Amino acid sequence: MLTLLFDGIAYGMLLFILALGLAVTMGLMNFINLAHGAFAMAGGYILIVLMQRHGWPFLACLPVAFVLTAAAGALLERTLYRPMYGKPHLDQVLFSIGLTFMAVAAVDWLVGSSPQTVQLPAWLRVRFEIGEGAWQLGMGAYRLFIVAVCVALALGLQAILARTRFGSRLRAAVDDPRVAAGLGIPVNRVFLMTFAVGSGLAGLGGALGADILGLDPTFPLKFMVYFLIVCAVGGTSSITGPLVAALVLGIADVMGKYYVPKLGAFIVYVLMIAILLWRPQGLFSRQGAR
Amino acid sequence: MPNSLRRHLLIAGAVLAAAPCAHAQGDTVKIGLILPMTGPQASTGRQIDAAVKLWQAQNGNKAGGKTVQVIVKDDAAVPDTSRRLAQELVVNEKVTVLAGFGVTPAAMATAPIATQSKTPMVVMAAGTSAITEASPFVVRTSFTLPQATVPMADWAVKNGIKKAVSLVADFGPGFDAEKYFDSQFRLNGGEMLDKLRTPLRSPDFAPVLQKVRDLKPDALFVFLPSGQGAQFMKQFGERGLDKAGIKLIATGDVTDDDQLNDMGDVALGVINSHHYSAAHPGATNKKFVDAFQAANKFRPNFMAVGGYDGMRVIYNALNATKGQGGEALLNAMKGQIFESPRGPVLIDAQTRDIVQDIYIRKVERKDGQLWNVEFDVLKAVKDPGKLK
Repeated sequence: MLTLLFDGIAYGMLLFILALGLAVTMGLMNFINLAHGAFAMAGGYILIVLMQRHGWPFLACLPVAFVLTAAAGALLERTLYRPMYGKPHLDQVLFSIGLTFMAVAAVDWLVGSSPQTVQLPAWLRVRFEIGEGAWQLGMGAYRLFIVAVCVALALGLQAILARTRFGSRLRAAVDDPRVAAGLGIPVNRVFLMTFAVGSGLAGLGGALGADILGLDPTFPLKFMVYFLIVCAVGGTSSITGPLVAALVLGIADVMGKYYVPKLGAFIVYVLMIAILLWRPQGLFSRQGAR
Repeated sequence: MPNSLRRHLLIAGAVLAAAPCAHAQGDTVKIGLILPMTGPQASTGRQIDAAVKLWQAQNGNKAGGKTVQVIVKDDAAVPDTSRRLAQELVVNEKVTVLAGFGVTPAAMATAPIATQSKTPMVVMAAGTSAITEASPFVVRTSFTLPQATVPMADWAVKNGIKKAVSLVADFGPGFDAEKYFDSQFRLNGGEMLDKLRTPLRSPDFAPVLQKVRDLKPDALFVFLPSGQGAQFMKQFGERGLDKAGIKLIATGDVTDDDQLNDMGDVALGVINSHHYSAAHPGATNKKFVDAFQAANKFRPNFMAVGGYDGMRVIYNALNATKGQGGEALLNAMKGQIFESPRGPVLIDAQTRDIVQDIYIRKVERKDGQLWNVEFDVLKAVKDPGKLK
């Protein structure tokens, strides 16, 4: 029981990290980026290539996955995404899903389409067990590691957004770019930074999740639905929303597959429908946000 | 050159040029090979494609006095695409044989086309029992899930496993594996604690593995399609199921030769049942494996041997019919007996399904690599799915 809860939290945390970038671009920048999963996949493959082909240690690969995908995100924002900000949402969706398909084909060509496996270092493969019987808590070190990293990231991001000058500039730029620009806020640069960090987080999530979620070129398509559910359920105007939504979904998914395996993968959707009927704006959302 | 000879040559040339119009096939026989060359099942396509090329490299491209041309089409294991490609191959390319089919849904979707066009269809990979019943033109050279599963259930009971849980992927072959393991295991006096299914597209096995752990069976029986085995083995080890005393038994799909080496030590000692291991002893197999590895950078797996034998069945049949297609070719495929790299094989004339030896194997490390080492064998196993 506790073990399940723990697995659910770890899974939820992973979803949170993966979906956070999407929530940021969608909620704060009002841009629907369906290519988000492609950045996550890029992070995963960077990890695989560095570890398997170049023998890098696991921990060194994670920051690299973050930095490289963030750089790719920044480059694409500057060249491809920026002209799309003013376009209608349908254009944005079509544009970004096209990018996704290109990413899938590119990875297929570069690395091959078979599923990749990560060889974790031995210290992440141990397992702790506490207690006995039904209340036994078993924790894999790797899942514990994921939870720790994600909690740290969530706290850090929340602090940046709420406390720092950059955070307030970002919020201002989102609420009204024209006025913000008039006040001397470098709106373009703020968006560029935000987009890059969002992509980098996806890359980090992809690298962390490669072991648990599996990694093959169809990754962005396979998990896009989950990311969108997290954003829809959580609301996109804060970090708390997606965090709570991701945790709820992760726990429900694991519990559902354990207790009612027949319904298995369907539980998540039932939950989403129920929550959205109850709160169409998402769990946490500012009224009147665009 | 004398004039008369030149005239003869001209006439001969004219006849040859006219022949394809009158007789659509001419001097070539085309084989439409539909395989998943991209997508999650791409390893299956890659293996079979390599095996087909190897067969042609070893045996030439002539059979029954005609030139055999193989046309490879990629269906990415999407059934709609397989069906459309089969239609194009039959109508436009006028293929004599359809072959390949990486997954059951692809084969099932194509079967009606084989029936309507009277084109023999050689299934080289897909393993659901019912495929050969979907069309009277289907011939199979791979294996069936019940065929591989029933011997595993027998072995389990004989070796002191009393309580078991099954875990299968949620699609056709998975249902076959689950059904036949369950019935055979209980027939032998075993007790099934639970039958679990896991969605095809969800590779996080955490919840089901936890459930297995809490049920505390003697053994967990697993079927997963070729490709998911590595992920599963890793999570099995990480969750400590092996240390909790739960034995892992499986069909050979899980310890697929193509991926076995990447699985690491957790795969050691896994007992599984299948029709082919690259480590199968014997000169025929050694020759096959050596030639395959010389031409490719990877080891042949059971998919490769299915493709290799599929080509053999087609070549033998073409030789028998002098290159004629349709029902004559189908009849020439039935009842073939030959020595495959996997051992002796018979294409059952009644069911058009393969009859072969099923081996019980154990994963062992030899020369620094992991292999499925055979230690027991059941001779000439017919598909239990057809023995009603």
